[in-house]
Amino acid sequence: MTQASAAIQSLSFAIVGSGGAGVMTAGHMLLDAAARAGHYGLMSRSSGPQIRGGEAAALVRLAPAAVESHGDRFDVLLAVDWQNAHRFAAEIPIDARSLVIGDPGEGAVPEAFAGAGARIVPIPLKAIAKKIAGGRPNMVALGVLGALAGLDADALAHAIEATLQKGGDALKASRTAMYAGAAAMAEAGVSLPRLAAKRSNGCWAISGNEAAGLGAVRGGIRFVAAYPITPATEILEWLSSALPRLGGTLVQAEDELASINMAIGASYGGVPSLTATSGPGLSLMTEAMGLAVAAEIPIVVVDVMRGGPSTGIPTKSEQSDLNIALYGLHGDAPHIVVAPNSVADCLLTTQWAVHLAETLQVPALVLSDQSMGQSRVVLDRPADIRFATKRLVAEPAPENYRRYALTPSGISPMAVPGTRGGVYTADGLEHSERGTPSSQAADHLAQLDKRASKLDQADYSRYWAEIEGEGDVAVVTWGSCTAPVREAIDRAREDGVAARLISLRLLAPAQPARLAEALAEVRRILVIEQTYSGQFYRYLRSAYDLPCEMRVFHRPGPLPMRPGEIHSKIVKELAV
Amino acid sequence: MNLAIAPTPFSANDYKSDYKPVWCPGCGDYSVLLAFTKAMAQLQRPPEEIAVVSGIGCSSRIPAYTNCYGFHGVHGRALPVGTGLKVARPELTVIVAGGDGDGFSIGGNHFLHACRRNIDLTYMVMDNRVYGMTKGQPSPTTEPDWDSALAPGGTGLRPFHPLVIALASGANFVARGFSGDPNGCADLIVQAIKHPGFSFVEILSPCVTFRPDQREWAKMVHPAAVNPTDDPARAARRIMTDDGFNIGVLYAGNRAPFRPQVSTPATMAEIEKEFAL
Repeated sequence: MTQASAAIQSLSFAIVGSGGAGVMTAGHMLLDAAARAGHYGLMSRSSGPQIRGGEAAALVRLAPAAVESHGDRFDVLLAVDWQNAHRFAAEIPIDARSLVIGDPGEGAVPEAFAGAGARIVPIPLKAIAKKIAGGRPNMVALGVLGALAGLDADALAHAIEATLQKGGDALKASRTAMYAGAAAMAEAGVSLPRLAAKRSNGCWAISGNEAAGLGAVRGGIRFVAAYPITPATEILEWLSSALPRLGGTLVQAEDELASINMAIGASYGGVPSLTATSGPGLSLMTEAMGLAVAAEIPIVVVDVMRGGPSTGIPTKSEQSDLNIALYGLHGDAPHIVVAPNSVADCLLTTQWAVHLAETLQVPALVLSDQSMGQSRVVLDRPADIRFATKRLVAEPAPENYRRYALTPSGISPMAVPGTRGGVYTADGLEHSERGTPSSQAADHLAQLDKRASKLDQADYSRYWAEIEGEGDVAVVTWGSCTAPVREAIDRAREDGVAARLISLRLLAPAQPARLAEALAEVRRILVIEQTYSGQFYRYLRSAYDLPCEMRVFHRPGPLPMRPGEIHSKIVKELAV
Repeated sequence: MNLAIAPTPFSANDYKSDYKPVWCPGCGDYSVLLAFTKAMAQLQRPPEEIAVVSGIGCSSRIPAYTNCYGFHGVHGRALPVGTGLKVARPELTVIVAGGDGDGFSIGGNHFLHACRRNIDLTYMVMDNRVYGMTKGQPSPTTEPDWDSALAPGGTGLRPFHPLVIALASGANFVARGFSGDPNGCADLIVQAIKHPGFSFVEILSPCVTFRPDQREWAKMVHPAAVNPTDDPARAARRIMTDDGFNIGVLYAGNRAPFRPQVSTPATMAEIEKEFAL
């Protein structure tokens, strides 16, 4: 994967406005146009809980190489209007080098932003839009930002055409408004440093949630049960149109208890199955995940994490579902927990989760989060990775078939309904090798051993973690913290601190021997995570016997982890 | 010398496993198991093409006592499991079975939505108006004055009316049976399976241990005096005004069963095109 480094220039834009002002559309088009012009980039969405009329911000970062996280500051803050924009003050850091573009007709720049000492550039977005029949201020804003980013106006026009399906007058008005915005910016006489552009052959633009959906179908998922929940819904919506085209089915369930049990039923029928949710839904699913462990039924659950506990902060990111993912099932219930380490990696990790679930006959939980799921990145077309995914089935069923037969690998052939001679009852009750309910100590121990040993013996290949760089210190992290950590390590190298990056993709079962190997010669590690209580740090302390000194930096959401704050921790904790 | 051997038809016994049920002697569920095997013999479907899905409770133990594919899941979630299985494998005969606590209390929401989703499966509830496996607590169908340790003097609550709820929620076939009449029950199960869409069969199945009073049911049941109707309003009036012991098919509707969305087939490369710039 291409890495962003501190040496690379990047440009960061924040577009704010009240809900319905079209800031997301403008941000989306800006990213699209930049990608067409040969840049890479990232766009994330930030909004209040309101469906309409609340505040919204599109955050766009453009760079000559792939970027997976935002920087420490924004070069440009553009407000279509200032209604409730102050709520974003912590999320959109600006400084004296930044530009603040506001419509003078919408009032003065709020104190929350004006205090930064940024250069204020008034542009009458609304007045310009008004002169164009059907013109809208957000398209004027697109022209303004496109000009600042040094994008060709034709690339912007192309992006508008690609987004506005309807064409006709609306398309013409949007284009005209965009050109007017670009002209107004040129007239203002303010510019930004130019970004180096690279070629863009074979580029994709994809969100983490779409990537997870694609990874699911690439892995072979053909049944999905869906219950909507922020911020996971886009996975389900994307799958609802993709699955029927691939011969699969999506069913909308009445609740998460139903959705996971539907997935289990379909998978018992031999069809690889998945559901996606967020924290509150995951809480409801844990009982049935235990059933899938006991009955050895493969399923994939994608949890797009948001701030918790309870309803928490549905539209903002946090890594605090780690504990429930690891420990949420009652009984001794070994299962798989994996986490993508970037927006793009949502594809590979979900595909890998399908592979692990199917081959090990076990539930696999994918821990994505809002910041990855709802961000859109420009990236090189991902490689076609293929896993040898094949469920071990009893076809034909042998005589005296035993569904839960004890085997050296711990994996036993699963008879799929319809197979003659394979009749058995899948059960959440502890059972004998034949599957009959048993409360005998010997059966319990044998089946506990079976379920644990198949996971212990599995080949997790090189995908268990991303390991980058050299050094006698290391940063150990996971999930969406990986990208800002990578950027921080690059910066720290310039300060003379050489640190390895170790980002765990496989969170359970724990891999102490492999991590110890990855940490050979390392004298101190810094653990980085986005939780209030240090869930990941505590997990490492309990499941891994690490020989080195450990330091930790953890804090909760909703504000994203910034490279700068991680950089200062690296310098403080790992230098010397 | 035999030149041609006619295939041996399946007997009721071919659908029964050799496991000894956990049920108490005299439990109505033995007769429901018998009725089920008789029904399967009438249908002559090979046992491996039938799946019996259940939740938790005495009656939910039934899958392992059949010789069909079985699924004994968690409490209350039998219908979602059956739904997923039937949608993924529409060629199977899927029968979901369980009790009144499993189906109407912890699984109540799934009952409503399974009725309205109208997937082509059969839901067979053995109603004994008590939680038997946990030793005698009131269920949603228990009479309000039934005395128990958990609800001394009774719950005082109006019993749930499964048949009316099924009808109102969109079930396409509604019937009531009595375990004491295994042949009649078998006939209802056959009709339920043959009828397209979601079929609901409530089977009064006495709990001799915690509800010995239910021995009287044998004297109280009687065949429905009228033919089944496809008019839900008419069926609702009959069900709401009968004495609760009216046995037979009470509603057989003609709503089209659930059909999953179909689309023009595409390759993975075509699917991925939308992401290319």
